[in-house]
Amino acid sequence: MGKTLYEKIFDKHRVLSSDDTHLIYIDRHLIHEVTSPQAFEGLKINNRQLWRKESIVAVPDHNVPTMSRDEGIKDPVSKIQVDTLNENCQTHNLLQFKMSDERQGIVHVIGPEQGLTLPGMTIVCGDSHTSTHGAFGALAMGIGTSEVEHVMATQCLIQKKLKTFKIQVSGKLHPSVTAKDMALFIIGKIGTAGGTGHAIEFCGNAVESLSMEGRMTLCNMAIEAGARAGLVAVDQITLDYLKNKPFSPKGEMWELAVKEWQTLKSDSDASFDKTIIIDASEIEPQVTWGTSPEMVAGITQAVPKLSDIQISKQPDFQRALKYMDLEENIPLSNISVDKVFIGSCTNSRIEDLREAAKFIKGKKVNASIKLAMVVPGSGIVKKQAESEGLDKIFIESGFEWREPGCSMCLAMNADRLEEGERCASTSNRNFEGRQGKGGRTHLVSPAMAAAAAVHGHFIDIREIN
Amino acid sequence: MDKFVTLKSLAIPLDRSNIDTDAIIPKQFLKSIKRSGFGPNLFDEWRYLDHGEPGMDNSARPLNYDFVLNKPEYTNANILLVRENFGCGSSREHAPWALLDFGIKAILAVSFADIFYNNCFKNGILPITLSNNEIDELFKVSSNQKLEIEVDLPKQRINFLNDKFFEFEIDEFKKNSLINGLDEIGLTLERTQEIKNFEQGYYDIYPWLK
Repeated sequence: MGKTLYEKIFDKHRVLSSDDTHLIYIDRHLIHEVTSPQAFEGLKINNRQLWRKESIVAVPDHNVPTMSRDEGIKDPVSKIQVDTLNENCQTHNLLQFKMSDERQGIVHVIGPEQGLTLPGMTIVCGDSHTSTHGAFGALAMGIGTSEVEHVMATQCLIQKKLKTFKIQVSGKLHPSVTAKDMALFIIGKIGTAGGTGHAIEFCGNAVESLSMEGRMTLCNMAIEAGARAGLVAVDQITLDYLKNKPFSPKGEMWELAVKEWQTLKSDSDASFDKTIIIDASEIEPQVTWGTSPEMVAGITQAVPKLSDIQISKQPDFQRALKYMDLEENIPLSNISVDKVFIGSCTNSRIEDLREAAKFIKGKKVNASIKLAMVVPGSGIVKKQAESEGLDKIFIESGFEWREPGCSMCLAMNADRLEEGERCASTSNRNFEGRQGKGGRTHLVSPAMAAAAAVHGHFIDIREIN
Repeated sequence: MDKFVTLKSLAIPLDRSNIDTDAIIPKQFLKSIKRSGFGPNLFDEWRYLDHGEPGMDNSARPLNYDFVLNKPEYTNANILLVRENFGCGSSREHAPWALLDFGIKAILAVSFADIFYNNCFKNGILPITLSNNEIDELFKVSSNQKLEIEVDLPKQRINFLNDKFFEFEIDEFKKNSLINGLDEIGLTLERTQEIKNFEQGYYDIYPWLK
């Protein structure tokens, strides 16, 4: 019987096995300032060395300010974390894109952008959205700090094999419906624990038609469906994206690599533990209405009625509506927002900014909006957007144009919601307090966020010319 | 890492599903570069009535007495009882660090998010998965009386109400690591030669990764 893409990558990295516990080899280790300091400290205490320095790439992203960079980091506690990353990188002579480097950005944006994320690799990072890199036919997983230390010291991870889950999206998406909507729609169907214990492989012609940016958005959100990893098979779109990236293999090495990468797809007779098929034409632009990504519906829908919710889920439903200050059965297009955030490792790449700009061009941010901001995913994305004049489109309409970082996705830096504020956000989590204590998050695509900024409330972008 | 063999304690009933790691330890406390000291900020937004920031005197902050962790009988409890998908969201190990720092050493749930589940074992915390009905029964008992539970990891069971018990499944490797308080990095480093052998063949086949 054939193998799935996940099994192929897993088997190629298996160092040894004992019963169903395996030691797998890690090719790429991405680190940032929040989840690495304790790992470096652990190594030092135990007098252990880094196994393979060349596998590590570091970047500060969670804590960095998105404005007035030349003034440095004002928050002294954040500054200690970023300084600690600098010191650790210096001590061990590691590749780091510092805050002053134009290549700095969100760890999951810069890996692919620099060609540091390659097909067939095992990739880890102390961040759950590491699943993003699976878009390249890589096995990419978020890990905790103890495992960060384990990989630093041994280049390996102790793993049990995940189960496999095939999600096939067939047909054609509406032109204004994006990978973000596809991801939210899937989470709405299978739930935030639907993928627990699984590696999800996304396939079908609607997935194959996505750009690499779209595939990254989709795999990024696999963790919100509970999956440890998301994967998409390698095809010409993958190769075209990687060709000539700064750290991609060159010349003969490229040819050799491509030959191997072209085998990175599930065999036609491979069997999956779970499979679902989704009709792309059913997917509307999505808006979350609750405090979990599975609390989501299409823009033409309303917040559900209590009577439509399973009895066991009713307390959570009521708690979510209370927190979100929403009533049951309100049409989603009636919901007004106070702030708009376009950014995060889910939706801050060049294509996302182009898509959002289309809905902003020549228009003004609605007077009811307190703040609308764009935070590009990296310095390179920012530069590209500026060369296309996107920054001017955003600024002229009333958006703030910021420096790259995680920003208001998790609000660790100064960018956050105040108590009771409601936000249209292109990020990935609408948990209570995620964007600031008492803040209310509605997850949407960049185009939907842009349209909400112009209109002051959610709107079906399919009706806009 | 401390060994985990048996544990007897009151169980704190926190009747919610999908408790995420942002709720367990909000992001402002992730700025620490240490592994300890997170306990006072465990469930910060639910536990206190004001907004918490690092460096505050937590003993002077207004408590939310409706929140179960603030009930005096649970101050020294070591077991947490929750519903489905506990620990979803961010991979932050600060979540188990905060639980451990508060004193939580075992968690009973219908299901756990994968990364959180793994992170628990690295810190000597035992996450126990029980069926929906079993968790439901424990919540019912705890609504009428204080629920004392004895966790017996070698026997893979929890005992309660004198003669009642539930059995649970756990991976042998993880069980063994907890019972013996093993250092996983040390264990893996015992296989140094095998890792080196693997690398040699590996970079011959995939030279562009070198």
